Formats: sequence, C-alpha cells, structure tokens
Amino acid sequence: MLDDLNDLYQQVILDHSRNPRHFGKLPEATHSAQGRNPLCGDELTLYLKINDGRVEAVSFEGSGCAISRASASLLTETLQGRPVEEVRGLFEEMHKLVTHGRSEKPLPEKLAVFAGVHKFPSRVKCAILPWHTALAALDNRKEPITTE
Amino acid sequence: MREQATKRGSEEQTNKAAAEALRPEAIRKDFPALGQTVHGRPLVYLDNAATTQRPLAVIEAIRGFYLRDNANVHRGSYDLSHRATEAYEAARARTARFLNAAEPAEIIFTRNATEAINLAAFSWSERFLGPGDAILLTEMEHHSNLVPWQMAARRAGARLLFVPVTGPEGLLDMDRVQALLRPPVKLFAFTHVSNALGTINPAAELCRLARQRGIVTLVDAAQSAGHMPLDVRELGCDFLALSGHKLCGPTGIGALYAKRELLEAMPPWQTGGEMIDQVTLDQSSWAPPPHKFEAGTPNIAGAVGLGAAVDYLERIGRERVFRHELELTAYALDRLKEVKGLRLFGPKTAPPHAGAISFCFETIHAHDVVTFVDRLGVALRGGHHCAQPLMRKLGVPATARASFYLYNTRQEADALVEALQETRRFFGA
Repeated sequence: MLDDLNDLYQQVILDHSRNPRHFGKLPEATHSAQGRNPLCGDELTLYLKINDGRVEAVSFEGSGCAISRASASLLTETLQGRPVEEVRGLFEEMHKLVTHGRSEKPLPEKLAVFAGVHKFPSRVKCAILPWHTALAALDNRKEPITTE
Repeated sequence: MREQATKRGSEEQTNKAAAEALRPEAIRKDFPALGQTVHGRPLVYLDNAATTQRPLAVIEAIRGFYLRDNANVHRGSYDLSHRATEAYEAARARTARFLNAAEPAEIIFTRNATEAINLAAFSWSERFLGPGDAILLTEMEHHSNLVPWQMAARRAGARLLFVPVTGPEGLLDMDRVQALLRPPVKLFAFTHVSNALGTINPAAELCRLARQRGIVTLVDAAQSAGHMPLDVRELGCDFLALSGHKLCGPTGIGALYAKRELLEAMPPWQTGGEMIDQVTLDQSSWAPPPHKFEAGTPNIAGAVGLGAAVDYLERIGRERVFRHELELTAYALDRLKEVKGLRLFGPKTAPPHAGAISFCFETIHAHDVVTFVDRLGVALRGGHHCAQPLMRKLGVPATARASFYLYNTRQEADALVEALQETRRFFGA
C-alpha cells in the first residue's frame, strides 16, 4: 500500500506543492475564477491573461492539499503560451487520467504524475479542481465553482 | 400516560461493576466491524465523532424486529402491530430513562441530532421568537446547531449573538456568557462537547445561568450522549438533541428531549398522518406529545436499535466509558506532543478535553495526512468538521481529527502516533 502512496505523492507533486510555480495574483489578468472543494477546504483563484486566442500569462493563489496545489502549479506551466481552444481538450484528458489512470490522447508529459490519483477516489476532486476553475475562468463565471 | 422513569444515571455510578476499569479488549468482541484489516493493516477506527461502530446487540435487535415484530405502529389492532408499537414505545421509554427525562412523552424521535435541532428551532421559534428577540449560540457550534437558528431568526426577524471561543485551548468565554445572557436573548443553544475542538463545556453551569434569567436552553449532546453520564434534570436544560449513530445505534434515528410544557405549547413541525387528533377538510387538531411531533410512519426499527444501544451502554456503564475515554485522551495528548511540527487544538488536559482530538501539521494539509494514514490502517477525519466559522477563527483551512470511543485501546493511540511520525517523514515536514 505504500507503493500506492508513492504513486500518488510523486516527487514532482511534492516539489510543486511546496514550491508552486506562478503563485500569486496576476494584475493584468483578463479572466479569473474561484474554485472550492468544500469537502477538504481547498480554495483557489486562477488568473489568466488571454491575448489573441492564447494564454499569455497565468497564475493562481489559495490554499489546499498537496494534490490540488501541485495540480494548479502544473496547470499553470501547461497552459502558459497555449491556444485557448486547447484547454477544454486538456481538461477532458486530465479527467480521464485522474479517474482511470490513463488518458486517451497524449497529455503533456509532466501531467502524467497524476496517474496515481485514480487509486484514491477521494482525491480525484483535489486534482481536477484547478482544471474546473480554468474552464470557469475562460467562461468568466462569477460564482465560485465547487467540486460538489 | 405518564410513566415515571427511574433515575438510572445515579444507579449506574453506584453499581459495583462501575468501579472496575473498562477493558476495551473485551468490548471489541462485541463489535465485529473492528476486527477487519484495511490496506493489509488492522483497522484502527478513530472517526467515532462522525459515527461509531455498532455492537452485535444492536444489529441483532434490528434483525430480530424485522424477522418477528415488523408491522406499522399505533393504528393496527392486530397482534403483530401491537407488538411493533410496544417495541417502538419501549425504545422511547428506554431513551427517556437513559436521559432521566421525567416521562417518555418528553422524547421525540427524529432522524438525527440535526433534525432534532431543526424541530426545536422551527417549532419553538414559531411560538416564542419575535422581532427584536435574540438567540445566543457559541462560536464553536457544528453547522447543525447554527444554520437552523439562522433560518429561525430570519423568519422571526430576530438576531443571533455568539459567545466567543477564547485562547488556544478553545474554551467558552464565561465572562461573556454572563454578559450576553440577558434580554433580548430568549434561547441559548450550545454544544455539550465540541466535535472540532474536543472541549467539554460546563453544560450544567450554562443551563443554570440561563435559567436564572428565564432563558430557554438547548444542549447539543451529539458528542456527549454516548460518552458520559447524562441526566437532563441534573443539567437543567429545556431541550437536548442526540444522534443514535454516534452512540452505538443505527443511522437514521435520533431524539429530541424537551420539557413537556414546551412540547404542549409548541406548534407541530411536520404534519400529516400519526400526529393528528381530529381532521376535517378545513382544519385539524393535534395528538398530544410526543406524537404531535412525529408525522408519518417513523423509523421503527431504528428506534428499536437505539433502544438496544442505550441498553448496551447502560450495561457497560457510561461512567466507565467516560473514564476510559478521558484516560485514553490524556495518554494520546501526551504522546502526540512527541510528533514534531504537530499543532494540537483544544484543551491541553482531559478533562476538559473529551475524546476528539484535532490537530494539524504546519506544512502538511489535513487531507494529505488523512490519505496517508488511511493506507496504514488508521481512519481519521480531515476537513472543517462542519464548523467553518470556528476553523476561520483558528486560522486553519482544515484539521485532522482522531476521536476515541469505548473500544479504542492505548495500542491504537500508539498506532496513530506512529502513523503520524511516518507521515511527517514521508512529507519531509
């Protein structure tokens, strides 16, 4: 069972949770949204600066468990510079990865560290929350979205 | 029909068996669910503040009811229905005796403590709460003893006041209690034992202060009823709410204790079958309490299970259960200090710390702690424990919580400490 724990908490995840990338407000953001996981108290705000159909800048802030922080951090690295139209597809593949252990279409390599989440059903929401929040930000939804 | 309940609480204490320390190793045999392994490790069940396990006596009582006595209650004139009614009403009488209520009619069966508080908040407020009045609560309430009063206050045009929680130990500010217990406060509702801090509040003292000023009291006993001797007449409360599943009973059954004169004065809450006296097309009159507050077919088997649960606890002796939990909590509080970087909430000593211990690592989120120790067989709860305002006050998004019951052992407290040490090493905190 400790193998499962090592699969879940891979070094990359622990590293990103301790030292999240692109952490903080983004004053020039054009889009933002709040995400909450009421079950465990994860809360994050995601900021996007969209220019000419591309994610020109992205950041997040908030508090949460190692999985949600690492997921948000790796999301910012993944979305940086990417065409907006690719975000929904990435969300869907990420969802498959964390619920079934693999995606159908290839995902950016660094996201593969989340494959271990599927053995921990109670943690799927933590991993997917930042991605839900990204979609909400793109839709400019004003109400905080929750995983419930 | 007013049966005088016997004063069982004090008998329990003078009982010779009560003098002996409780032996959890023997008690564990009554709880088959405790014997299992999870993730290849023996289960260490420490989420008793959320729900306890059930002894065979309760499981068999429910099974026996369905196998032999099942019928609807109160209206049937055939033997089987008579038996079902007797079983249901006997459970009420046992619950009344368990709390030392003056009579069984002061016990209303509900789904759980939450529904019991909702009943009181709706029905009492409907009759006794008006514009400008206030309800006094505390900052350490479970959402179930907060949200129903928010709704009641909104309906009545009343407002809510709060007794602050002070200091790192999480105790009620008793000076503020004195100052707040005055007009326009009409009712004071507070938890007996905090599910998030483990604090045992001085319930009898709080009720006495309120009573002196003519203020009605409601005690949320969800975390205390199955853990310590409890006597509503000694406490001097007007209402008391409990959940069956937090004291060895089944889910889906709880109870509201209320003084008869209040039940007489309060309007019904839910309406329909079972709770009426006369019905015409235009209007209805109500059955006397407790039936006035129990519309529809009740959870009969659940009540039977609750009756078996309170019998089980009385057999063991709640004084012994309480002493065991305090000893185990004191031991665990002491050992948890060995874990580097662990922040403990609630009182430093037991008592006033009851068997629910909240803690968090400075650098590891509670959810990660719970996931990690689960793989080592230890079942904890992590989150806001349905006490979001309190968590905000403590300045943490979530805590992890270990909560003990009569069947938990020192070895299990040791297993908790070892699992937390392993968690700390793994996450490098």
